[in-house]
Amino acid sequence: MIFFDKVSKIYSPTSTALEEVSFAVEPREFISLVGQSGAGKTTLLKLLLAEEKPTAGRVFFESTDVHQIPKKELPFFRRKIGTIFEDFRLLPNKTAYENIAFAMEAAGKTPEEIERDVPQVLELTNLVDRSWHFPDELSRGERQRVAIARAIINQPEVIIADEPTGNLDPLNTWEIINILKKINELGTTVLLATHNKTIIDSLGRRVITLEKGKIVRDDKEGRYVM
Amino acid sequence: MVWIKIKRILKAGFINFWRNGWVSLATILIMVITLFSIGSLFFARAILGTMLSQIQDKVDISIYFKTNAPEEDILSLKDSISKLAEVKSVDYVSAEQALADFKERHKDNALITQSLEEIGENPLGATLNVKAKEPSQYEVVAKFLEAQSNSPSGSDIDKINYFQNKLVIDRLAKILDSAKKLGATVSIILVIISVLITFNTIRLAIYISRDEIGVMRLVGASGKFVSGPFVIEGMIYGIVSAAITIVLFYPLTLWLGPITESFFTDINLFHYYISNFGQLFLVLILTGIILGGLSSFIAIRRYLKV
Repeated sequence: MIFFDKVSKIYSPTSTALEEVSFAVEPREFISLVGQSGAGKTTLLKLLLAEEKPTAGRVFFESTDVHQIPKKELPFFRRKIGTIFEDFRLLPNKTAYENIAFAMEAAGKTPEEIERDVPQVLELTNLVDRSWHFPDELSRGERQRVAIARAIINQPEVIIADEPTGNLDPLNTWEIINILKKINELGTTVLLATHNKTIIDSLGRRVITLEKGKIVRDDKEGRYVM
Repeated sequence: MVWIKIKRILKAGFINFWRNGWVSLATILIMVITLFSIGSLFFARAILGTMLSQIQDKVDISIYFKTNAPEEDILSLKDSISKLAEVKSVDYVSAEQALADFKERHKDNALITQSLEEIGENPLGATLNVKAKEPSQYEVVAKFLEAQSNSPSGSDIDKINYFQNKLVIDRLAKILDSAKKLGATVSIILVIISVLITFNTIRLAIYISRDEIGVMRLVGASGKFVSGPFVIEGMIYGIVSAAITIVLFYPLTLWLGPITESFFTDINLFHYYISNFGQLFLVLILTGIILGGLSSFIAIRRYLKV
């Protein structure tokens, strides 16, 4: 469903983020992208979200070239992808509930749908008693769970998680990973970028290893090898 | 569906306005200053306008006739002067009227009253007071009068005070003209500066939210859905600022009213404020809404590119 076709991203002559990267993602896969900082993981995810344009090559989502989507239709495309970031990226002036509801409002869902779905997701992410708190009143783990709730509320086909546990302690890390596993079991493709060795090794799923902008390994039941 | 979207955008605008408390307050303060300067312009224009018309009203040309000038000659001259396009009005003051006015003015001065009685007959001649539509037009009127006084029928004319007052009138015309121009220039510059400051303040307020805007875009919000609440917020700034400004003018004009009345005689700022309240409020609130909404709209565009 996702296909990177010889994608290169060159920011400046001295900094090449990605070099002729090609790989395909099947529906319902759980893929880990590993590599050191600066290996190109974030750039790769940004290209998929059409946040950046590739210098060469093409990125397909289903059968559409992501970078040929007109600006006006970009929001519709992005609603098919849920995103989770290391720094949470919640809206600071909105409560947990409102942050999640915002994604639905933006997608044009009715108030009835919002009132029905948001509490469900809050329950799934174990946030029911925190729903009226603002992000700065929540712990990091709670904030990340709000971000996950927001990412999955519109039932996207793909979840992109860029170092979602980078800022969390081990307990919260496992909680987040377990939620991601559960989401994947329910049928959503997950793309997880991380450099946490224990997570990768325990998952036992496909691992793509990036090094200096190139794919060096792509294992079906991979482990973290550096 | 469209209605739900509009409702959400409005609601989000109000919530943002409320939750961004300090930023809103700072922006409103700046905007109040802008609207205040625009409102002051409104009042300044009124004062200047009244002052100018008062001064212009005082400028005139007087034609003094000899005491023996026949009244019908004077009236026929009056008619021909009235026909000039530049002339606003011509007042005829007869010799008797002039004497009565003179006596009235000097009724406390025993020496003058006595001298008048001594003379026995009326020493004063009739007068025509000519007013032009614009101060600069006195030149034309004066030329016409000069030609008249040099013609045989002009032998009745004793003197025309324009030629004595010419310098003063000319200078006054120039001063009035440049006061108008200077006033307009200064006020336009003032308004431009304050508009720019307001625009920058709103831009700064949106700059603070630039990360949020990026997040909204990534979550899949359309450009209008992201920018809508900011534009609404800007408009609320405008409405609140206009309300504050118009309230501020109440005590200010109440205080300035009597002062202006004794200084400029014809205008009381407080009465002017009360009688033009609706118009002033409309000007301020529209300026506020347009300024706030448009500034937000322009400022947010650059952050929507993600």
